[in-house]
Amino acid sequence: MNGVIGYADAEFRIALRNRWILILTVTMALFALVLTLAGSGPTGTLGADQLSVTVASLTGLAVYLVPLMALLVSFDAVAGEVERGTLALTLAYPVSRWSVLLGKFMAHVGILALALLVGYGVAAVTAFALDEGAGRGLVALGRLYWSSVLLGAGFVGLGYLASGLSRRPATAAGLVIGLWLVAIVLYDLGLLAAIVADDGGTFTERLFPWLLIGNPADAFRLFNLAASEATAAASGVAGAANAIMPAQALASILVWPLFAFGLAAWRFRRVVP
Amino acid sequence: MDNLVLENVCKNFGGFAALRNVSFTVGAGQKVALLGHNGAGKTTLMKAILGLQPADSGRIAVMGAAPGSLRARRQVACLPENVAFHSALTGREQIRLYLRLRGQPVKLADELLERVGLGPAANRRIGTYSKGMRQKVGLAQALIGSPRLMILDEPTSGLDPVSRREFYAILDELAGQGTAILLSSHALTEVEARTDRIVILSRGQVVADDTLAGLRAAAGLPTRIQVAARPGAADEVARALQAGRRNGVMVDLTCSPEDKLERLREITALGAKVRDLDVVPPSLDDIYEHFSRRAEE
Repeated sequence: MNGVIGYADAEFRIALRNRWILILTVTMALFALVLTLAGSGPTGTLGADQLSVTVASLTGLAVYLVPLMALLVSFDAVAGEVERGTLALTLAYPVSRWSVLLGKFMAHVGILALALLVGYGVAAVTAFALDEGAGRGLVALGRLYWSSVLLGAGFVGLGYLASGLSRRPATAAGLVIGLWLVAIVLYDLGLLAAIVADDGGTFTERLFPWLLIGNPADAFRLFNLAASEATAAASGVAGAANAIMPAQALASILVWPLFAFGLAAWRFRRVVP
Repeated sequence: MDNLVLENVCKNFGGFAALRNVSFTVGAGQKVALLGHNGAGKTTLMKAILGLQPADSGRIAVMGAAPGSLRARRQVACLPENVAFHSALTGREQIRLYLRLRGQPVKLADELLERVGLGPAANRRIGTYSKGMRQKVGLAQALIGSPRLMILDEPTSGLDPVSRREFYAILDELAGQGTAILLSSHALTEVEARTDRIVILSRGQVVADDTLAGLRAAAGLPTRIQVAARPGAADEVARALQAGRRNGVMVDLTCSPEDKLERLREITALGAKVRDLDVVPPSLDDIYEHFSRRAEE
């Protein structure tokens, strides 16, 4: 427990000093503001309230931005300590390895949660200023918030795994950028290509939904769009979203942080400082 | 029971034998210097003692416990070589982290920093510290919780002479309380007067383990006598002593420890032709070189 508190405190201070918290918070707030203002046009025609429309836009943004932010705060966690020589020192202390990792995890997920809170908060305030009926979208925004934190937590865990597989922070940084490209960009393109090639065969019918849910970013997108009809309507993907049950997408979002952290902890046990 | 016991410790990397049958002990209150060239196995041995990289065979006991076990780690403090603390944290924050890891109250941080002479800098970021100050942060964390065994890898690198003296004074104090200390160093003259025993490691093997006096006797190296002759008399003095002349006034001669007094009598018999003389016993550097070379042959 001492390791958890010690590292959570130290990592939070480091992120504060390194301006990570500031950069992430300002980035989220700016994007949220821009999306809310840009999305203020079509509300009348779609019959949805301003905030629901904003949530749909934010979902699309969060899929890209949250994993990226999570990977950026986490890639240095193990490789950085190995390079600085502090890992050898820490591991000579009477603390367990998993508690060191858990302390960092709490700090890094906490930082993401803070940045998202400010960013989505800015979106909510702006939406209310534009539309008095924005209150109808609050539930969707809340759902977007906690699922974003869970999505971030999953990618923080994957960032630790990449960090534990690298001897140097520069290698870890390259690895997480690659991971982001594959998981967020190329994965969907690959699935799309496979569907086109399959032309409605067994792959599309049986395998595709599970492959989609297996990716935390896709599960996140599906969950948020399917859970809110208004946002689904606004984003125009209601059909695709309904093909997969939100409960399964939710399960994927919940399991990923645990799975990714478990993998990272397993790898961290084998790191020789 | 000795605080640290090593028995036939071996470690191989691929086909390379990094440690070969290393055996020695460090008892309570003892300060032992571990000497060796780069790559002699000092850091590998320290990592094995700390449980960071287990040995392949042999036995290591830290306060009777297995290296790396929770019981061992509770009683061991270490300072790895070239440790670089996070530049964004202040000295106080860094020490507070290590206090937490040992389950000690964080308010002790200022006291520890004061003890190593970092009191005034406690609130500054480590990124602004000099190399010596960073090394002191490392020392401060090693002092947490009165460890029974301290493993220090090149602890005084980057420290100025005054800080070095203060550092060894702290070690003396700890040893007085029964802490066993194993430290590695390149600065041989420095450990000469400050440690109880010297262990020399060469190519992964212990080639010497004794007090400095014991090592001197075992090495049987000659003592050097430097004689300063009066101007113009150097040739005459060199001839009389059957020794070599270094320059216009200095005459160098070497002798075995037993012949030393006899030689001194010969020199004083030359009377006014000799202006001054120095007797230089074999230094630790000489002894170290002797044992390392002997091991290599």
